[in-house]
Amino acid sequence: MPHAVETAASDEPTLRERAEEIGKTVAARHADAVDREGRFPEEAVSALRQAGLLSAYVPTSLGGGGCSIRELIETCQTLAEHCASTGMIFAMHQIEIACLVHHGLGTSWFPAYLKKVAASQRLIASVTSEVGVGGGLRTSVCAVERQRERFRLTKDATTISYGVQADDLLVTARASTDAPPGDQVLLLFQKDDYELKKLGTWDALGMRGTCSAGGLVEGVASVEQILPVPFADICAETMVPVSHLLWGAVWNGIATSAVDRAAASVRGEARKKPGTTPPSALRLAEVHAELQAMRASLTAMASEYQELRETRSSELSGMTFALRINNLKINASRAVSRIVEAALQICGIHGYKNDSPFSVGRQLRDALSASLMVANDRLYAANASVLLVQKEI
Amino acid sequence: MRHVEDAIRTILAKHGKLLIPIEQIRSGDDLYRAGMTSHASVNVMLALEGHFDVEFPDRMLRRSVFESISAIAAALDELRSRAA
Repeated sequence: MPHAVETAASDEPTLRERAEEIGKTVAARHADAVDREGRFPEEAVSALRQAGLLSAYVPTSLGGGGCSIRELIETCQTLAEHCASTGMIFAMHQIEIACLVHHGLGTSWFPAYLKKVAASQRLIASVTSEVGVGGGLRTSVCAVERQRERFRLTKDATTISYGVQADDLLVTARASTDAPPGDQVLLLFQKDDYELKKLGTWDALGMRGTCSAGGLVEGVASVEQILPVPFADICAETMVPVSHLLWGAVWNGIATSAVDRAAASVRGEARKKPGTTPPSALRLAEVHAELQAMRASLTAMASEYQELRETRSSELSGMTFALRINNLKINASRAVSRIVEAALQICGIHGYKNDSPFSVGRQLRDALSASLMVANDRLYAANASVLLVQKEI
Repeated sequence: MRHVEDAIRTILAKHGKLLIPIEQIRSGDDLYRAGMTSHASVNVMLALEGHFDVEFPDRMLRRSVFESISAIAAALDELRSRAA
């Protein structure tokens, strides 16, 4: 009976609902401990695995969830509301998955790998940073050393978020030993292919659960594990846009959490004296407007990206789009700091303390990472360069 | 066409920050593989606009348009025939 079938289908929790459940019941419970101890959010990531969410973006034909970028954004945001480290780890993993889904399906090796990701919920970490390179994504020192069907690579990375806990690594390197620094490839090392040595430490102001210590990666694998697409294209069409969109979603989550506490604080004051508007209510209205602008910016850019991908537009690899997607990151990273600080002012001393229902200290410290993960000045410099030749403002 | 390509080569030698001498680069060779970065390509664009008195429209601000000497020549050809 058609009606009964419809009801059954709508009983199935959506991706967002499943993420909300994990955020509220698991990530939230351990968020303070994760932050205090600077430890990996084991429980939340385990719950995400059990719910099959690590393969949310893998096509259904390969056993994944086949979700959209928009759904990934919602999921990252919801998780980050409860624990920004969990949200960021999930976001970073999905950025790697997106690179493989957008650029690896035409190969024979990568679809089979993605099936494994779905079946055993493999966690992928990114190894793009490198000692001696200074934060530039499009420059590598290390190089792929090929020997017939195999290759070896040694990379000294300054930062590998959740490197120890990850199963597999997606690594950038020069295409060959005689390739210039900007001629890069993206390759996958599976757990058995590599060793992670000389692990650094991660004792930071915020995002403490991301465990972003540096380390030395030494690996040997099949040349089939190197994506046969220039990294420059993967970077422009997927890695940068999806990074900025999903980080933006995480920052949105942090901002939402902080404003939520500020609102609860104001409501509490209002209840004590019905009939009078607490002075902090004006500030709440102010920060609420800022939060809406931040969300609108993210939603608009997500739609733009979705459309460019659907129409396979050449604009996706153009400088104009690069300018706009950089602006998203710049604006969102600045907004989240401002919004959380404003929330702190509203919550007052109760927000400043670490052991109150209105604490926003963790949110503030997590928010401060936003303008530093890819330093904004680096993005301003790239944009300034484009604006020398860009005609339409 | 000959002197257009010569002008492109001169500009690339001066602004392209290539890692190989321009004489060793053939018309169809990948300039990015030869060392040209995004930032260098912007300087190349500016120099080309100045020398040929053209403006690259935003839709032409893509890697593929500047990936080789022949690609640049084709782009300039398109712009100059539109202006004519």
